[in-house]
Amino acid sequence: MNILNKISCSLLLTLIGAAGVAGEAYAQSAVEISRGHELFINRGCYLCHGTVGQGGIAGPHLVPDTLPAEAFLAFVRRPPSEMPPFSEKIMSDAELHAVHAYLSSLPKSPTADSIKLLPKPVGK
Amino acid sequence: METKNSGRRGFLKGALAAGAATMAATPGESAAQAAAKAPATAAPPSSRTIAAETMGVHSVHDDELTGHVHNPGSDFMVDVLKAASIKYVAVMTASSNRGFQESIVNYGGNKAPEMIVCCHEEAAAGIAHGYAKMSGKPMACMVHGNVGLQHASMAIYNAWCDRVPMMVIAGNTADATKRRPGVEWFHTSVDQAAMVRDFVKFDDAPVSLQHYAESFMRAMSAATTPPMEPVLIVADGELQEVPAENRAALRIPKPVSVSPPEGDARAVAEAAKILLAAKNPLIVVDRAARSQEGVDLLVKLAESLNAPVIDLRARMNFPTTHYLNQSSLQRKYIAAADVILALEVGDLWGLVNSVSDTPGRPSKGLIKAETRVISISVNYLLAKSNYGDIQRYQAADLALAADAQATLPSLIEALKREASAPQSAAIAARKQPMQAAFAAMREAARNDATRGWDASPVSTARLCQEVWAQIKNEKWALVSQPQFQSYWPHRLWDITEYRQFIGHSGGFGIGYGLPAAAGAALACKDEGRLAVNIQSDGDLLMVPSVLWTLAHHKIPLLNIMHNNRAWHQETMHLQRMGTRRERDPESWRHGTLIEAPYVDYAMMAKSMGVWAEGPISDPALLGPAIQRALAVVKSGLPALIDVVTQPR
Repeated sequence: MNILNKISCSLLLTLIGAAGVAGEAYAQSAVEISRGHELFINRGCYLCHGTVGQGGIAGPHLVPDTLPAEAFLAFVRRPPSEMPPFSEKIMSDAELHAVHAYLSSLPKSPTADSIKLLPKPVGK
Repeated sequence: METKNSGRRGFLKGALAAGAATMAATPGESAAQAAAKAPATAAPPSSRTIAAETMGVHSVHDDELTGHVHNPGSDFMVDVLKAASIKYVAVMTASSNRGFQESIVNYGGNKAPEMIVCCHEEAAAGIAHGYAKMSGKPMACMVHGNVGLQHASMAIYNAWCDRVPMMVIAGNTADATKRRPGVEWFHTSVDQAAMVRDFVKFDDAPVSLQHYAESFMRAMSAATTPPMEPVLIVADGELQEVPAENRAALRIPKPVSVSPPEGDARAVAEAAKILLAAKNPLIVVDRAARSQEGVDLLVKLAESLNAPVIDLRARMNFPTTHYLNQSSLQRKYIAAADVILALEVGDLWGLVNSVSDTPGRPSKGLIKAETRVISISVNYLLAKSNYGDIQRYQAADLALAADAQATLPSLIEALKREASAPQSAAIAARKQPMQAAFAAMREAARNDATRGWDASPVSTARLCQEVWAQIKNEKWALVSQPQFQSYWPHRLWDITEYRQFIGHSGGFGIGYGLPAAAGAALACKDEGRLAVNIQSDGDLLMVPSVLWTLAHHKIPLLNIMHNNRAWHQETMHLQRMGTRRERDPESWRHGTLIEAPYVDYAMMAKSMGVWAEGPISDPALLGPAIQRALAVVKSGLPALIDVVTQPR
């Protein structure tokens, strides 16, 4: 085996390894998002924030502009509001990361100007 | 009348005889044939026997079938309703009101008043509630003794908390010797009104027809004078059914419209001075407007100060399109205000304080120590304490026991009269910042509405805007409570007329929604206005039979279900409890979700004769469905679209 082959072989092995890692990461992410969605519904986050984190009268919107993961976890553990604190007994860090992954995966909403049913207001 | 009655007597006799003979006959043969072949030992049953077997278990005495009743007392009671211009009576049929009901139909011709047939007394009272708010006139509801009034009581309480007039007529039989044994005893009481006395403004149990006429008119005046409230008149069964003695001598007092109390002139002048001296005045309105005139006066008042207005939305008080309507910025303006003018605010303490729903329930003030609060309200004239609609006590700095709308002209005049040149300049300088703040607020609402726009279940913003797109060019009214839809109509729709919105239930008793919407729609029908009801699912399940009433009376009402498949407010409470207690975090769904099975509201509506579609959970399908429903409503009929939605 000449040096080129050695390099090629090494590169190939490296690429295969990298591809494997990326695929695993992607797969983990999809699973995590799905798990996060499930938790978001079953643990009742959607009750105040809506199924896609849109918010409403009962709770603020979580999407877009979702907090960074660490800030998100800190808020949920000790919310400075009427929201009950979610202890680790209620949701583990991993579960909260999954919820964060779900919220972060949600697509952006269309702009108001692109929605015909949301015309610009005409004030007096 | 005598001729008609004689004719009816003859008809009844003939019918009874024919009926008896027919009962003895077999199918296909005449009564005469049957009588001819009947054995002597098997004579047909007598009319009395038939009556005894079919009408009840009581023995029939010889002297009981001899009399007919002409000119029953209930005919006079109908005359009283007519004199009071009562156009509709919501009725759940009941034996304690049988004389009255018969008189409405046969004596009164079932017109002004016309019966609106209900399947539950809660529906009857709720319909009267909604009708009064839309029409500005009280409606009557007629309920059975004891059990009917018990059914109606929550809806009467809602109307009480909502300061809405309603004429409740309850059956009873005061004379114990006139009650038939059994059921009639269960359905009478010594003091029929006792069970609702804490939340009616006036009640009476008249013992004569003259007494009835006078009490009804007194009750009507009490109900329609601010603070407006429900009232109760007991219609005694004997009084209904016994002939009126000397009808010509009975007098029906004319209905009297009592002027509402206006604020004392000195107090009004002082209020004007305080408001003019304020740097950040704020106007808060709750049930301030009673008519379009009230809305127009509030606009004049706000413009005379260029003060922001926070509309707490118990009524349509202030146009959502006006630059001074800054209702979404309540916390900001409350904190910044140096003077707050509260007009018919039901919960003054709650306006300027908050209680956190956290363990210990700590409270805190929301205003500065030096902020002065001026309160004008007829609530100062109410003197009942058992029920909590009085809310926690807040001492205003200047309190006027007066009707806000009636006081507004003198307050506006005082502001004009008292304003100095520097004050007028300061007021004018506030206009541009207010316009800018308004534009930013409306734009924020627009952007907020985009979130979840294409989501399934359908977002409440999308739901409301799909409705708005179909009705905005009509003469319309929203006859439901928008808090369940995160107030999107008030944030996005152009609500400019008093009759475009009727406020909330008052007492927040669930089961108000559909009945009140139906009552408001009845008033809209008379006015040629399109009534729209965004209907919560849990509320509909309380009194679904109102769908039948809508179909039966051909009341056009566009019902759009906000079907979040839950008693959603309670899901949030239960989730909060479980999470705080670190218990099963998924247990909140037990007893709060309406699932397993889901309710098919379209099928429910169809079963009662209402055109319906759904369930719809794809937002793209909603607009065309509403168009189809609207065509039905425009043809004069009710329609319902079941939409599976986001929670709020």
